Amino acid sequence: MSKDIRIKKGLDIKLVGEAEKTTTNVSLSSVYAVKPEDFHGITPKLIAKEGTAVKAGEALFHSKSDERILFPSPVSGKVTEVIRGARRKVLAVKIAADTKQTYADFGKKDAAKLSGDEVKNHLFASGCWPFIKQRPYDVVANPNQAPKAIFVSGYASAPLAADLDYTLSGKEAELQTAVTAIAKLTAGKVHVSVGKNSNSPLSNLTGVELHKVSGPHPSGNVSTQIAKIDPINKGEVVWTVTPQDLVIIGELFLTGKFNAERTIALTGSKFEKPQYVTAIAGATISDITAGNLNNDNTRIISGNVLSGKQVKEDGFIGYYDNQITAIPEGDDYEFFGWNKPVFNKISASRALTFSWLNPKKKYDLNTNTNGEHRAFVVTGSYEDVFPLDIYPMQLLKAFMYKDLDEMEALGGYEIAPEDFALTEFICVSKQPHQKIIREGLDLMREELG
Amino acid sequence: MGLKQNLHNLKEKYKGTKMAPAFNAIHTFLYLPNEVTHGGTHIKAADDLKRTMNIVIMALIPCLIFGMFNAGYQHYAAIDGSLRADVLANFFTWDNLWIGIIKVLPLVIVSYGVGLAVEFVFAVIKGHEVEEGYLVTGMLVPLIVPVDTPLWMLAVAVIFGVVIGKEVFGGTGMNILNPALTIRAFLFFAYPTWMSGDKVWVYDAVNRAGTADAISGETILGSYAQNQEVIYSTWDKFMGFIPGSVGETSTLLILLGAAFLIFTKIGSWRIIVSTFLGAAVMGLIFNQVVAADVITESSKFYGLMNTVWWEHLMIGGLAFGAVYMATDPVTASQTNKGKWIYGFLIGFISIMIRVFNPAYPEGVFLAILLMNVFAPTIDHYVVQGNVKKRLKRTKVKTA
Repeated sequence: MSKDIRIKKGLDIKLVGEAEKTTTNVSLSSVYAVKPEDFHGITPKLIAKEGTAVKAGEALFHSKSDERILFPSPVSGKVTEVIRGARRKVLAVKIAADTKQTYADFGKKDAAKLSGDEVKNHLFASGCWPFIKQRPYDVVANPNQAPKAIFVSGYASAPLAADLDYTLSGKEAELQTAVTAIAKLTAGKVHVSVGKNSNSPLSNLTGVELHKVSGPHPSGNVSTQIAKIDPINKGEVVWTVTPQDLVIIGELFLTGKFNAERTIALTGSKFEKPQYVTAIAGATISDITAGNLNNDNTRIISGNVLSGKQVKEDGFIGYYDNQITAIPEGDDYEFFGWNKPVFNKISASRALTFSWLNPKKKYDLNTNTNGEHRAFVVTGSYEDVFPLDIYPMQLLKAFMYKDLDEMEALGGYEIAPEDFALTEFICVSKQPHQKIIREGLDLMREELG
Repeated sequence: MGLKQNLHNLKEKYKGTKMAPAFNAIHTFLYLPNEVTHGGTHIKAADDLKRTMNIVIMALIPCLIFGMFNAGYQHYAAIDGSLRADVLANFFTWDNLWIGIIKVLPLVIVSYGVGLAVEFVFAVIKGHEVEEGYLVTGMLVPLIVPVDTPLWMLAVAVIFGVVIGKEVFGGTGMNILNPALTIRAFLFFAYPTWMSGDKVWVYDAVNRAGTADAISGETILGSYAQNQEVIYSTWDKFMGFIPGSVGETSTLLILLGAAFLIFTKIGSWRIIVSTFLGAAVMGLIFNQVVAADVITESSKFYGLMNTVWWEHLMIGGLAFGAVYMATDPVTASQTNKGKWIYGFLIGFISIMIRVFNPAYPEGVFLAILLMNVFAPTIDHYVVQGNVKKRLKRTKVKTA
């Protein structure tokens, strides 16, 4: 029985630079990096020292709290450098890639015939466990807990997001294998969502409950879908996997190889030709964007403009990301910018801002904050873009003054930082919502487990 | 290049010094800062607090200009009652405007000058940016005081209101009571003779009192409270050709302002609508009480109780309070459900105080201040409803 999800509250941010549906294969980068900070909440314990030769899929480090959770090298090559920050915190493990890639062989498996524990162990051994994340807290899943359901959002509603119908096409076999495998991990259901009118390869999967999603962003956020389908209560855990990671898991079961190659959307106005490329997780940004990026006062983002991370051109694409966005920096003053009528920026209000006149128009937004940081003043605006049954401002304030009882009671278990990206975008007081939520969730995880 | 570069250099020079907030306040008034996002969303919507406050000021400008003409009109009409025969011909005149310029503009200047000075001093001492809250407060204050309010009195009240009403709580966004109404309440309780009675509402009525040239400055509410006949027509009341505080007389312009605030999504339509609703309900109840002969003409409450419910919405400060004061997001209820309750009670209690207050026949500012205090309580119960729903979900699961 499928349940349709219709969201009314939200905001589609339409930007210039949508990726054209052509895919180029990018040649192998010379250097790849795996950054432990991509796996929030994991303290890495290094396995591969500098100079070690690794195959694609062999572990670089494991989680300090659970040795079974391995973090693999996306490519075969030699570990050249472990970059450390303050207090010897590991920031990145760099691997110089071999020109001819070799893969660790984890053996072909028939997912349908494995037990839950066998699937789990296979995911551990192959380094695929980090693809499974959990709610609450939005971190890599704790394998000792039993999830009540697993959610896969096959509908991307974020600004300029990669079109999953396009990037997943032809991957039906991998996706089916992967959902068959992860279905073994839960006593509950595997919920998969697709866009309302999409021809997603996900819509023909068997063994899942399919949901059709429509409405503005954040309809594609998995939290929104969880809240509509089977909300998280205190003491419950659900797991989430992105469809592009399902492809990697599926390929593992089908071929025995860990192949972290995915289709990545190059988006934003600073790309000469926004389009899709195939690249391996952790690749150098400049190799992926070569000959296409106009890097003149440009913000490069691994991910989307709302929740992605800022990277430099010689940096690396994030482990989970399937999008690179490049937009202009906004480090200039604007004369009387606070009171003159605005036609070239997006606004959720109509305060002499005119984006409501033409909802289909695409904007070329820059990174200017359009104002200074202030205390919370305006009320009632967040609710218009926030579809969860949660009071966003009250929750944010509880997260700021760190009252654990309130954080729990107001819905802290049901949210991820990305759910507060839209409220942060429209915030008149320019408060850092996602940071507040992230820090609060970390505190809850520490104190409440 | 020119001004922009020079100001940028100055900003860099003042960075980290005590005077930086004062400089930045002026700088950001001229230029939207060059600040870029880091850490969170990489793009931000176009609105900031300055823009939001600016919209409210724009919505107040018609009331201010009307108030300036009205200051002169009420003065001359009180001297020569025949002027009231043809209002439109005698309203928008240079003579009237001149009275506005010499009486109303100084109120605006003192309100902004003193208030912003206090804000700057606090920003420099406490090392935070000058926040925009006072931009609106400073415009509201001159519009809700009688035209003859002495300027020194206003200055004292503004200092009190900004310091005690706002800064002690931590500045804009942290205050419990609406600062403009705190200023109004201070004036009312500290200098009651200047804030009530039948003289202060019309320019020069106070000076002329007791002389041969004495003129009356009685408001409609004052007349009703004394069970006297009112000389103004419904048209006058709706258009605002009546004595009252400077900017609150024209229901028409206030409604236009309300439409603008609601359209721009800056003002909460829930609060505005529910305040009028609450006032109408209370007015209807009083009308029924009179209709049921519980109150007779000899009662001192008869005049105001017998006022038709819809007339209550046009006279006194109710419309102005509902649209510009009750909607202050910081001191109002913050939840959408809470806003309905909050607004309704403001309207309801306003009319109740208006009728029963023996000393001063108006209750809007007292009602709003009272509900400011209760707004967090309302929100608490609304939010608890959400919390309970969540707990119930857990119980259903485990049962």
